[in-house]
Amino acid sequence: MNDWQHIGTLNDIPAQGARVVETAFGNIALFRTQANEVFALRDRCPHKGGPLSQGIVHGRKVACPLHNWVINLDSGEAIAPDVGCAQRFAVKVEQDEVYLSASSAT
Amino acid sequence: MKEKLVLIGNGMAGVRTLEELLKLNPDKYDITVFGAEPYGNYNRILLSPVLAGEKTMEDIMINDDAWYAEHDITLHKGVKVTAIDRKRRLVRSESGVETLYDRLLLATGSKSRFLPVPGKELEGVIGFRDIHDVEYMLRVADGGKNTVVIGGGLLGLEAANGLAKQGMNVTVVHHSAYLMNRQLDRPAADLLKQAMEGIGIQFRLKASTEALLGETHVKAVCFVDGTEIPADLVVMAVGIEPNMELAKSAGIYCEQGIVVNDTLQTFDPRIYAVGECVQHRKQLFGLVAPVFEQAKVCANHLAEFGIARYENSVNSTKLKVTGIELFSAGQFQGGEATEDMTFQDPARGIYKKLVVKDNRIKGAVLFGDTIDGAWYFQLMRENADISAFREHILFGQSQMGEVGHGAENKAANLPDTAEVCGCNGVCKGDVVKAIIGQKLFTLDEVRKHTKASASCGSCTGLVEQILASTLGGDYSTAPSKKPMCGCTAFTHEEVRSSIPKLELKSIPQLMEVLEWKTPDGCPSCRSALNYYLLCAWPGEYKDDPQSRYINERAHANIQKDGTYSVVPRIWGGVTNPQELRAIADVAEKYQVPTVKITGGQRIDLLGIKKQDLPKIWGDLNKAGFVSGHAYGKSLRTVKTCVGKEWCRFGTQDSTGLGIKTEKMTWGSWTPAKFKIAVSGCPRNCAEASIKDLGVVCVDSGYEILVGGNGGIKVRVTDFLCKVETEAEVLEYTGAFMQLYREEARYLERTAHWIERVGLNYVKQRLVDDPQNRAALHERFLLSQQTSQIDPWAERAAGLEKEQFEPIKLQNVS
Repeated sequence: MNDWQHIGTLNDIPAQGARVVETAFGNIALFRTQANEVFALRDRCPHKGGPLSQGIVHGRKVACPLHNWVINLDSGEAIAPDVGCAQRFAVKVEQDEVYLSASSAT
Repeated sequence: MKEKLVLIGNGMAGVRTLEELLKLNPDKYDITVFGAEPYGNYNRILLSPVLAGEKTMEDIMINDDAWYAEHDITLHKGVKVTAIDRKRRLVRSESGVETLYDRLLLATGSKSRFLPVPGKELEGVIGFRDIHDVEYMLRVADGGKNTVVIGGGLLGLEAANGLAKQGMNVTVVHHSAYLMNRQLDRPAADLLKQAMEGIGIQFRLKASTEALLGETHVKAVCFVDGTEIPADLVVMAVGIEPNMELAKSAGIYCEQGIVVNDTLQTFDPRIYAVGECVQHRKQLFGLVAPVFEQAKVCANHLAEFGIARYENSVNSTKLKVTGIELFSAGQFQGGEATEDMTFQDPARGIYKKLVVKDNRIKGAVLFGDTIDGAWYFQLMRENADISAFREHILFGQSQMGEVGHGAENKAANLPDTAEVCGCNGVCKGDVVKAIIGQKLFTLDEVRKHTKASASCGSCTGLVEQILASTLGGDYSTAPSKKPMCGCTAFTHEEVRSSIPKLELKSIPQLMEVLEWKTPDGCPSCRSALNYYLLCAWPGEYKDDPQSRYINERAHANIQKDGTYSVVPRIWGGVTNPQELRAIADVAEKYQVPTVKITGGQRIDLLGIKKQDLPKIWGDLNKAGFVSGHAYGKSLRTVKTCVGKEWCRFGTQDSTGLGIKTEKMTWGSWTPAKFKIAVSGCPRNCAEASIKDLGVVCVDSGYEILVGGNGGIKVRVTDFLCKVETEAEVLEYTGAFMQLYREEARYLERTAHWIERVGLNYVKQRLVDDPQNRAALHERFLLSQQTSQIDPWAERAAGLEKEQFEPIKLQNVS
């Protein structure tokens, strides 16, 4: 079950960038790609816990700012040969309004 | 509908061109390939090891039938094209089948040249060019049979070695007084002859063949002086002749080969030619490296990118005879105004010669110890100035010590277990295995298969060396042009020069015009492009924070726990109680866990939460501080000593000059971080000799030093010049920084840049050319007008607020 919460508008997240959402159980990073797709991942790199929200977003990927692991935004998986996965959250955009389901971790 | 591309010649050159083309534009053409040989595409260079029994035919296949199918390429194996009809734009095969083309690529290769002597058509007389020749030799090879190899060049000696390994009794006949006279000088050739005699090969030098004797099958070789030697097999290895009959018959202009221009176009603009069949700038080609470079350029034009040019690179040669180490490159004989540097150790069988002109390597011959071949060759290709390490150069790269010549450990010496790529934990053995097992040729392919050098890239040189040492010297030239990153085929220089030429003003526009392979680049190219555009269009280009690494985006240094550190600027390292009090107040107010003095004489506040940054900056601004840029590829600090105001040894006002220098240079973005120091006397307490730019005050003026580095590899600065006034110091500083800003590659420190372009070049631009110096300085100051805006003040006032303020989410169930 999804408990959608309104986060803000698409423009609250910089294109090719990210925005941090503080929740009761840790930070979630909302990413916006150049193509205006939005993804949500736990703001922790599976490698050493770096804040993924601070990385460079390119294509559907983000490079962790600490050691440059590259994480797929849609799956949360690290790009091979690195192995690891950042927790995903459901997110949707309706008429430029962004909704997050913070309890929908997969 | 797709255009039609027809390739005649299913060899290395042609297929390589297709591979490059498919990388650039996979959907542009319907491709048809005609190959006269009944095989797929194989690696002709490795025929010698096949003959020597060290490799099998299977080992040397490059593309099998599945590859052609996978790329929708129609392959006609064993089908000879007999005519080209340029009016109707079609090719006709032996059996009369016609195939239309929009573009035609000729890669018909070459054949062995046969000496025009009587008996050359006898049975048992063959060349050494293709699988057919090798199979023939292997079939007739039988212990004790007499073989004569005519030609003591690279190919002839490799054939001789292979046949000797098969148990044949081999004699090499050569017209010149010494072997491999196209690649070696006399001393090296004599050592080579000795070594080959050691494996049982006999030689007849200065010998001219008069005739080959025999009824139907060859029986003996007869020389001009009347002597004869018995021969059951004669291998002609006296050179190659381009296969150009087909081109000629179609009226395409040919001389020694099919004549092409720098874009590999023949005189018919629809028809291209690459490889051993071409003649480019009066030259023919027999080595693989230049052919691969041609393939790349040709593919670029077939894909209608239209940027690359083939300008004929220097080549290197390595003999593929097991146990004999031989390397040759460039103008090995020397010439006018060149000097020879030689090293000889007859007891160990080692000979090294470098041909040098104006402190730049023009050629090299190595025998017995070729480990440094790749390194010399790289220095030669980059036209690097060797004056700084000239006295040690013949002893090899391993003797260079920690002086920062970009010197990596030597690949060939490393054990298989040695870690090559620290980022991805790849060992040398993994790389070698992938190169051999997956048949890899290029750095990019190695990256894709092993991840070595795919992350930080600092091991790239080492991986290239492994590639070169695994594949042999033929391959060492392959990437003479290194693309910026995997998103493009263009080099840093090509991209950079196209920015003003094509008036490219934003990253998306640049990526579109230069046909980037990825939708919006990668972290590596985006940050480089952002810098190049910023540098090219000062005041006009709108900086793209999303293309900057986090430190430059947040204007603070990220730490391992995700907090940040803040370093306020302290001009010249000179402060006062009021400033210190303000820093102390900030540290207390925000409960800063650690306060530390940095190596560059500044104060670092560590452990700050991102959302607190704008507030801290606001407080620091109020006390008169601006950003210290400790986080940027930018001017970091100007370190000083106290100078003559206090010091009993001080000769000039080093602190005052340091402050002036910092006021002029702060806020500038540079390719990599840039550090300055000013010392008040030659005791050099500010450590100016390991900075990007150092000033050492002396009684009579100021010595300006450049290109120092105190990092992983310490590099002491080079002396640029001595000046008399502070104003001159400032002008040189601005001019040097601007030259570096405009010409160095992104992330290239001054030390590496100077080693690449040479100190003399920098001197020419700055010291010998006052006008240019003034112009550079002026451009620097112009760029500074729009750079010296404190990024902290802007953000304390609310710029990019969303970056620092998280969205708070309450009531989560």
